[in-house]
Amino acid sequence: MSKTLFQKIWDAHQVKSLPDGTYLIYIDRVFLHERTGSIALQSLAEAGRKVRHPEQVFCTMDHIVDTFPGRGDDTVMPSGKDFIQATRKEAKAAGITLFDIGDEQQGIAHVISPELGIVQPGLTLVCPDSHTCTQGALGAAAWGIGSSEAEHAMATQTLRINKPKLMRVWFEGELNSCVTAKDMILHLISKFGAHGGAGHAIEFAGPTVEALSIEARMTLCNMAVEFAAFTGLVAPDQKTIEYLEGRPYVPKGEQWHQAVEYWHSLVTDDDALFDTEIKIDVAEIEPTITWGTSPQHACGISQTVPELESLASEDARTAATRALAYQALQPGDKLLDLKIDCAFIGSCTNSRIEDLRKAAAILKGRKVASHVKAICVPGSQQVKAAAEREGLHQVFLDAGFEWRESGCSMCFYAGGEHFGKQQRVLSTSNRNFESRQGPETRTHLASPETVAASALNGCITDPRTMMRTN
Amino acid sequence: MKAFTTHCGIAAPLLRINIDTDAIIPSREMRRVSKKGLGEGLFASSRYVMSDSRELNPDFILNKAEYANTTILLTGNNFGCGSSREHAVWALAEYGIRAIIAPSFGAIFYQNCMRNGILPVVLSNEAVMQLSDEIMQDPQKLKIEIDLQEQKVSSKKGLHFEFDIETGSKEMLLNGLDSIGLTLQYEADIKAFEQQTQKQHSWLYLQN
Repeated sequence: MSKTLFQKIWDAHQVKSLPDGTYLIYIDRVFLHERTGSIALQSLAEAGRKVRHPEQVFCTMDHIVDTFPGRGDDTVMPSGKDFIQATRKEAKAAGITLFDIGDEQQGIAHVISPELGIVQPGLTLVCPDSHTCTQGALGAAAWGIGSSEAEHAMATQTLRINKPKLMRVWFEGELNSCVTAKDMILHLISKFGAHGGAGHAIEFAGPTVEALSIEARMTLCNMAVEFAAFTGLVAPDQKTIEYLEGRPYVPKGEQWHQAVEYWHSLVTDDDALFDTEIKIDVAEIEPTITWGTSPQHACGISQTVPELESLASEDARTAATRALAYQALQPGDKLLDLKIDCAFIGSCTNSRIEDLRKAAAILKGRKVASHVKAICVPGSQQVKAAAEREGLHQVFLDAGFEWRESGCSMCFYAGGEHFGKQQRVLSTSNRNFESRQGPETRTHLASPETVAASALNGCITDPRTMMRTN
Repeated sequence: MKAFTTHCGIAAPLLRINIDTDAIIPSREMRRVSKKGLGEGLFASSRYVMSDSRELNPDFILNKAEYANTTILLTGNNFGCGSSREHAVWALAEYGIRAIIAPSFGAIFYQNCMRNGILPVVLSNEAVMQLSDEIMQDPQKLKIEIDLQEQKVSSKKGLHFEFDIETGSKEMLLNGLDSIGLTLQYEADIKAFEQQTQKQHSWLYLQN
């Protein structure tokens, strides 16, 4: 029978179909971080339960650890140290692998898992973090769970779940200049709503997706959760295999060859059926930016804030009215030239080496507007080291950006560092919710290129106008 | 886990779409490595006048006298979207919320509710509006009743709605069961699965 990619992975992990209609699905890898993993490990230990396969469980410090140079266990966030030290203690007691502060492999979970080859095509991976879907870019089934489910996964190496519906989002056509995976996913969410993918495992496919780099595919899959999807994934191909080869946790020798042979089979069969299919011609996408407080509040950068009457439902109009009041904008307002106060390049969405290279290409030899606070936070210590080998850090520093240690940083406000009240932030992160980046902070989501170009001009700027013609 | 069989309580309408878990509990309110002590942080950004104070915002629905002792929320599409933080559910439970009625929920949030004795009820937007319109007339008296066994929601003035829920989650909630304990009954199946895949896909199993 013809099967989709997700169905193949599901079938290869089904331990049992349970009498209650759910499925017992085998979990190959569990990833944790100090914010929610600490509680899961602690609670499991308190219940007297053991981690079934500690060698399959990994943990990082990314959520509340500081990103200032010279950081330690102390954090700007009050009580952050408690989370860090509890995580370290519980990780050691449980015998799992921890990428601690100071470790050259430390970084954001969804950046380091692919970077270290912990996630691989065809495996199942869960993490008590909603952006775990990022890792589906490698052709794995990877999804976010709560802390209780993380305990369940560690104690039993399985989860009891319902089978998600299957969706394919097919991207075709050639990307316009300065249009990236970030713009593709923002465009998708704005077109079909933040609820558009609910209940579905989404395969991103089509010639445009095939042409994307592995890192760009991660950006695409990262925001599947902002589309309310169970997860997102991309079929592994030759690029995936080349990306993984030689990374620390991938199979070696004969096992590598067996794995690669298996990975080649992980494609959706030609006549396999999806519950829902969406097709998008990427030629219609321009650099995209959010104007409101939901990722669905997005539009092309040259457009204006929509008129309320143009929105589909009363609910949407109510939400938009509230969002615009929060963002201090009016329907019909132009987004270009809107003054910004801060620029943030980082997060599990856009903090990898390619993201930094693209931003640096625009920043090189230029200065950030004097009123803009600009911060770059590499996604991992390895990304940071690679950027420094290429001299990118100097480009950022010379332009007036802060250059940080890796972590989630100000993608969200945990009670420590934040951008400030009513500050307008252009951010490469994934959530523009009210107060997400600080109390009353006004977030606009965009690509690294758009954030870099806007930081230079001190206002929202179309990156196409800042490209150099070599 | 606290069992959920039937519940009759005061409901409050929070009729917005896409209420995310950052709004349910901001990250700054997650101060301790604990599932407890989170009730105070529930809806902190709207419940208090300032983000750094505990002075109640009189305009926030749960602070109004007529909605005192609310145990049921009536809300819009995609409630609990965003961050996976189970703290959102722990905060709701500690505050006293037993059930949430919405047209849809964030997937991770929905599962987190099930694991913590809160019943997420999926009803159409129209049903949520009808219930809201009724209870708003006199929230303290016009309570809503939910029967999980029968999968029914009823109002004092005669509205009745049926809802769907997966059998497994229903059983777990009705009996307050521990999902890990239940799954460990399948230990032999898990072991057999591991032996089989260790032969076929040996690389999936890392060695320490």
